[in-house]
Amino acid sequence: MDSSVLIVTILILTLFGYWMGRSRARMLAGTEHLSVLHSLPSYHGSYVALWCGLPALLLVAAWLIFEPSLIEHIVVEAIPGARALEPAQLSLLIADIRNLTSGNIVSREIDPTLAAAGEHYNALQTISHAAMIVLTLAIAVYGLYLARKNQTRGFRARNRVEKIVRIVMVVASTIAILTTVGIILSLIFETLRFFEKVTVTEFLFGLNWSPQTALRAEQVGSSGAFGAVPIFAGTFMITGLAMIVAVPIGLLSAIYMSEYAGPKFRAVAKPMLEVLAGIPTVVYGFFAALTVAPFFRQTGEAAGLMVSSESALAAGMVMGVMIIPFVSSLSDDVMNAVPQSLRDGAYALGATQSETIKQVILPAALPGIVGAVLLATSRAIGETMIVVMAAGLAANLTANPLEAVTTVTVQIVTLLVGDQEFDSAKTLAAFALGLVLFVITLGLNMIALRVVRKYSEKYD
Amino acid sequence: MTDMDMSNASEKQTDFSASLKKRYAAERRFRAYGLTAIVIAVSILGILLGTISFQGTPAFFQTYVQVDVYFDEAVIDPSGARNEQTLRTANYQALAKRGLYQLFPEVSERREKRTLGKLLSSGAYRPLSTMVLDNPEIIGTTQSVWLVTSDDIDTFNKGQIDRNTVEADRRVKDNEIAWVDVLDAAGRIDMRFNTAFFATGDSREPELAGIWGAVVGSFLTLIVTLSVSFPLGVSAAVYLEEFAPKNRWTDLIEVNINNLAAVPSIVFGLLGLAVFLSFFGMPRSAPLVGGLVLALMTLPTIIIATRAALKAVPPSIREAALGVGASDLQVVTHHVLPLAMPGILTGTIIGMAQALGETAPLLMIGMVAFIVDVPSGVTDPSTVLPVQIYIWADSPERAFVAKTSAAIMVLLGFLITMNAIAVMLRKRFERRW
Repeated sequence: MDSSVLIVTILILTLFGYWMGRSRARMLAGTEHLSVLHSLPSYHGSYVALWCGLPALLLVAAWLIFEPSLIEHIVVEAIPGARALEPAQLSLLIADIRNLTSGNIVSREIDPTLAAAGEHYNALQTISHAAMIVLTLAIAVYGLYLARKNQTRGFRARNRVEKIVRIVMVVASTIAILTTVGIILSLIFETLRFFEKVTVTEFLFGLNWSPQTALRAEQVGSSGAFGAVPIFAGTFMITGLAMIVAVPIGLLSAIYMSEYAGPKFRAVAKPMLEVLAGIPTVVYGFFAALTVAPFFRQTGEAAGLMVSSESALAAGMVMGVMIIPFVSSLSDDVMNAVPQSLRDGAYALGATQSETIKQVILPAALPGIVGAVLLATSRAIGETMIVVMAAGLAANLTANPLEAVTTVTVQIVTLLVGDQEFDSAKTLAAFALGLVLFVITLGLNMIALRVVRKYSEKYD
Repeated sequence: MTDMDMSNASEKQTDFSASLKKRYAAERRFRAYGLTAIVIAVSILGILLGTISFQGTPAFFQTYVQVDVYFDEAVIDPSGARNEQTLRTANYQALAKRGLYQLFPEVSERREKRTLGKLLSSGAYRPLSTMVLDNPEIIGTTQSVWLVTSDDIDTFNKGQIDRNTVEADRRVKDNEIAWVDVLDAAGRIDMRFNTAFFATGDSREPELAGIWGAVVGSFLTLIVTLSVSFPLGVSAAVYLEEFAPKNRWTDLIEVNINNLAAVPSIVFGLLGLAVFLSFFGMPRSAPLVGGLVLALMTLPTIIIATRAALKAVPPSIREAALGVGASDLQVVTHHVLPLAMPGILTGTIIGMAQALGETAPLLMIGMVAFIVDVPSGVTDPSTVLPVQIYIWADSPERAFVAKTSAAIMVLLGFLITMNAIAVMLRKRFERRW
């Protein structure tokens, strides 16, 4: 029986449990009015169903999660000499055993030990699978039996069901925390392992980045260099270019939209700008790489400039277009929140509309606008696809936006896509970069929220 | 005294009108800046969508060439046993090429013949095998069949390769152009709607590559995302909005949710790689893992939207329900949730649209592999539409540019549909209390 079939079976049992609990409650009431029961029959049904389905499904989930690693452990323990192997060789061995059992190509000759291990693996898997099916079905049926035994006229089925639902809701609300903890832990663990191989100072202040470690020690550049300064510089350059595009356009559109435009114009233009935020980033990346970058290169050539085909300029400009709506819609909101009385006051003193905007509304909305710009910056720093497709791969330390630079996100993608071994400094470096990215974006968000909260004027 | 006052006042008056002119000019300029900004943003949007639909439209059509194929029994099934395996694996490519050679009897030199054979796509013979399998009777007869041309001939026929450039700079050589012209004059070249694009998986050959594999992959991934993030998100939001006590713990949860909404998507990919793949040993490239990662990513969106929708339900409804004896949970499940459902669904659809367009985290968990087969389950290796776009955008063949744009058009089509449904839901069912 496949595990998905097992799950479906449990679900059918659960439905059956619901039906059984409900009809039993009706039977308990007999010919009298249903109000002789403490809870409605549907609650009785749900109670039985929960007892039948929930423990069994949890068991299946736990089993599926822990089964592979457990079996692996037992099999490896049984192979003589396997414990002495290096971690990398061990993982290769395990992969081979797995491939052998699933009938795939194996990277080494099949010697008797490997064949025996494969058989061992298969046998364990069959046993474990059978055990899982028997155990979960037994638990489901036992839960059904137990719950049914509890049912009486005065049984508080509703209270029990509500309690379980509440627990489920509390668990669901902690998922957000678990995710954050998961992100932080996974990033920090791998980063610490990275810093065992490369020092923190070299990573944060080194000027040389070439993560490709050669296979043999005597090859050129075999050591690999992990100085991330060129990457940070590239990230800030592209982000800066993006902000140069996004801030003026976004802010001016927001001003026009909230102060000048009539409701009809607004109804058309605002959604149009928001479409810019809804376009998938991979589309912007394609546009940047195939339309904008060649255009810049040709224009540059015509003007006698050397423009790289992966110039920071193209990636930055397109990214700027992408974040226009982040700047504009947030600024629009804060400017709309400035009370009309301030505008009226300025007009009464004889100010023109633009003077009112520049001298009254913008200063009043400044904290919100700064917050919006910071949020947009954090968006730009974390943006991946545009730069992966349109920016360069080589880490250049340059201040010339016409050259190719690389960014943190590009490096994470290039280091982790394709073949990877989980212990090399190269792979671990990606997690260190991820941690830097996480800390910077989180920091920017915190600052943005703080600025908005602390400096916003309260008008009432 | 009064005179002096008068003259002073009139002087000021003139001063004032001069500066007023300046100030009005500044006003007009400022207003123009604002309008220009909006025009720039909207026209960039127009250029973006315009170039993509301009580049992508040709990919919906495919050049076919009509060839008279003789289904030679000696090639297909020499033993005459009509075994299905033999019929399936017979050398149909040779038959297709032989049919093409017959149209040009003057081509006899081997190298030239090979070039002539390359007019056809390397997968052009596939319909022949289906024809034979459907009806083995046609063996021994000659049938007129429309076959797919290679990507170079296709691009040439669509006018994207200029025949007036120097031959060395051109992917289609002079003799090929001559053959195409002959075929065209004989009415043997035709452009047809490219159904294969919507029905097949990926391929190294642009003319054979399709998006169906990626669409199915996207669908499976979104199913996983929806079935994880919707129940979790809604129950978390209901708890936080309706039941949670105000304390440090719930404050922490709220701060967390807001921060998660701003974490770069690629970091979620790193989480998926470290936790789901390395720690739990889940399969690489599988929609299951992709769906889980995207679910964690869209969770904040759904929670925030659901909370806003719950907040919009007026307290009087809760009080009335409590007043007639409903329990806390009954108030929520019988009254508040149904009333908030349009808002919740709108938020969910928007979250799903974000998930559908997301690429970066899926690259991290290996959904970027070259996969020809259409996935049939959530643990099969597969790719998704945006990743397919990324893979094609990286391919050097010129014909892939059009394919990429076409795939983008399909993706945007899905996104527009989803957002339109969300807007419709909001317009139709949203109630102001």
